[in-house]
Amino acid sequence: MSVLIVVECDGGEVKKSSLEVASYGSQVAQLLGTTATAVAVGEATEANLAKLGEQGVAKVLYDKEPRLKDFVNGAYTKLIATAAQQEDAKVIVLANSNIGAAVGSRLSVRLQASLATNVVELPKTEGGSFTVKRGAFSGKAFADVKLDGERKIIAVKKNSIEALHEAGKTAEVVSFSAQLTDADFADAPKQVVMQDQAGGILLPEADKVVSGGRGMKGPENWNLIEDLAQALGAATACSKPVSDVDWRPHHEHVGQTGITVSPNLYIACGISGAIQHLAGVNSSKVIVVINKDPEAPFFKAADYGIVGDVFDVLPKLTQAVKELS
Amino acid sequence: MKFLVCISNVPDTTTKITFTPDNKEFNKAGVQFVINPWDEYALTRAIELKEAQGGTVTVLNVGEADTEPNIRKALAIGADDAIRVNAFPKDAFFVAQQIAAIAKEGSYDVILMGKESIDYNGFQVHGMVGELLGIPTVAPAMKLDMSGNTATLEREIEGGKEIVEVNAPFVASCQQPMCEPRIPNMRGIMTARTKPLKVVEPTGEGARTEVASYALPPAKQGVKLIPAENAGELIKLLRNEAKVI
Ligand SMILES: Cc1cc2nc3c(=O)[nH]c(=O)nc-3n(C[C@H](O)[C@H](O)[C@H](O)COP(=O)(O)OP(=O)(O)OC[C@H]3O[C@@H](n4cnc5c(N)ncnc54)[C@H](O)[C@@H]3O)c2cc1C
Repeated sequence: MSVLIVVECDGGEVKKSSLEVASYGSQVAQLLGTTATAVAVGEATEANLAKLGEQGVAKVLYDKEPRLKDFVNGAYTKLIATAAQQEDAKVIVLANSNIGAAVGSRLSVRLQASLATNVVELPKTEGGSFTVKRGAFSGKAFADVKLDGERKIIAVKKNSIEALHEAGKTAEVVSFSAQLTDADFADAPKQVVMQDQAGGILLPEADKVVSGGRGMKGPENWNLIEDLAQALGAATACSKPVSDVDWRPHHEHVGQTGITVSPNLYIACGISGAIQHLAGVNSSKVIVVINKDPEAPFFKAADYGIVGDVFDVLPKLTQAVKELS
Repeated sequence: MKFLVCISNVPDTTTKITFTPDNKEFNKAGVQFVINPWDEYALTRAIELKEAQGGTVTVLNVGEADTEPNIRKALAIGADDAIRVNAFPKDAFFVAQQIAAIAKEGSYDVILMGKESIDYNGFQVHGMVGELLGIPTVAPAMKLDMSGNTATLEREIEGGKEIVEVNAPFVASCQQPMCEPRIPNMRGIMTARTKPLKVVEPTGEGARTEVASYALPPAKQGVKLIPAENAGELIKLLRNEAKVI
């Protein structure tokens, strides 16, 4: 019996959210008095996988099948299910990402496991059952969920678990084959289109986000958002009307009908803070609001605020960040 | 093409969330329920595809009788008929079993639903249904086109999108910008009253998870305002006090 951790890799590197997942999984293993094994998906290098030791992982299973570079639901599900069976995994931990949700839900049926997504804390264990805390009602509440049965799958929300770093510890990387066949790749993507991300930081993975709304007045002013984001090492985002009128691409739109983010720092510039916008950002650890209207609803959800004109305030903030370093 | 569109009944987006005194259940008193916003993408896209290429659209809800106004709304938007599985939707697995059973019995070709429900935010049902039926799932899908039996979908991945081609039958969970969700018109509302709504009893096993209790997040401390003239001060606070940069 063990804990199996699914780590997603991209461009050879383990994704930040998977470092969090690895830390979560190894702490669960410790709770249960067992070891943590990871299984890698995506494009990985052995050196980077070995570094998962720093997050408490003992062993990493790695199938070098080149077609696993891109996400293929059928193949990933089989790969992870095979690893789970080989390792007799009673708990599987993965990221609450698009990949994690797609695979985790299939795995739960295949392995007859109970599943909790959007999980924000380590489980409380009692007898054979687990209780995990998960976000619900679009960030407006939490639910404590009891997971029954012999096997459990937990999808961990991004930025909700601190990644462990025990410098110098390495994991053993073991080659592994799930004997994947062509049939397992039937739903392989025909084409993968990566979108330009300002500063190369992926919005769903980012731990700092600078976001602009209609108060930015037009796309020509977005350099103010980008400059601050770049200085901070943050991703950029926007409100829905901004992407609706094509000032910014759809993949930057956060909120109820856009991407949900939970960074450590969310800076909202010229955004009113409508409830649908808040639904996608309200679980951010620290929220900063810049708005010239002191009555803007966003101030109620904010930790820090500046009542002022974004065109005046943003350059000052960027300047102040540059002076820090 | 036979489309099956799964809709869930959720509290309106602007609802203030409260729970029963024992924190075991959502407090429904005075709350308006709507079709889950993500499901509206699935519903509208199915209707558009039916209008373009022929076929039927059936809406399916797992819920008790109080969800029928929203099922009628889906019929008013343009679905042909509806099925309600008469049960409280206990968890994602329970719901997925009901959907899979109906999909199998009715031999539906395309099973669509929203990415997740805005109350439970599970993002699970799509994959469970796909696995129960042994067919592909594409989640979350931002675009869906059909040509004969073959569907071309755009699937969101972190930092980009993938173009995926699958043959029916398949499951997709939908999100924007798939289409512009429709609202019912007067004619739709009138005809919806006469469209068939079948009620069936649930099948399969019980739930695998149980909500032990709900809680609200701790209240915010209140905003700390920094004068605009001194904007740079904010950055120092973010470093020294909030410790986020
Ligand atoms: C079903 C549904 C789903 C939705 N989903 C989403 C969603 O996912 N995401 C989302 O964002 N919205 C969503 N919306 C829309 C949402 O209700 C709001 O309309 C939207 O968030 C408003 O965007 P905004 O704050 O950028 O614009 P506005 O409401 O126009 O606000 C602009 C703000 O900028 C301020 N401002 C103007 N000029 C300046 C300046 N020079 N300096 C500083 N401040 C300035 C103004 O005071 C104002 O507060 C949804 C709506 C519905 C009905």
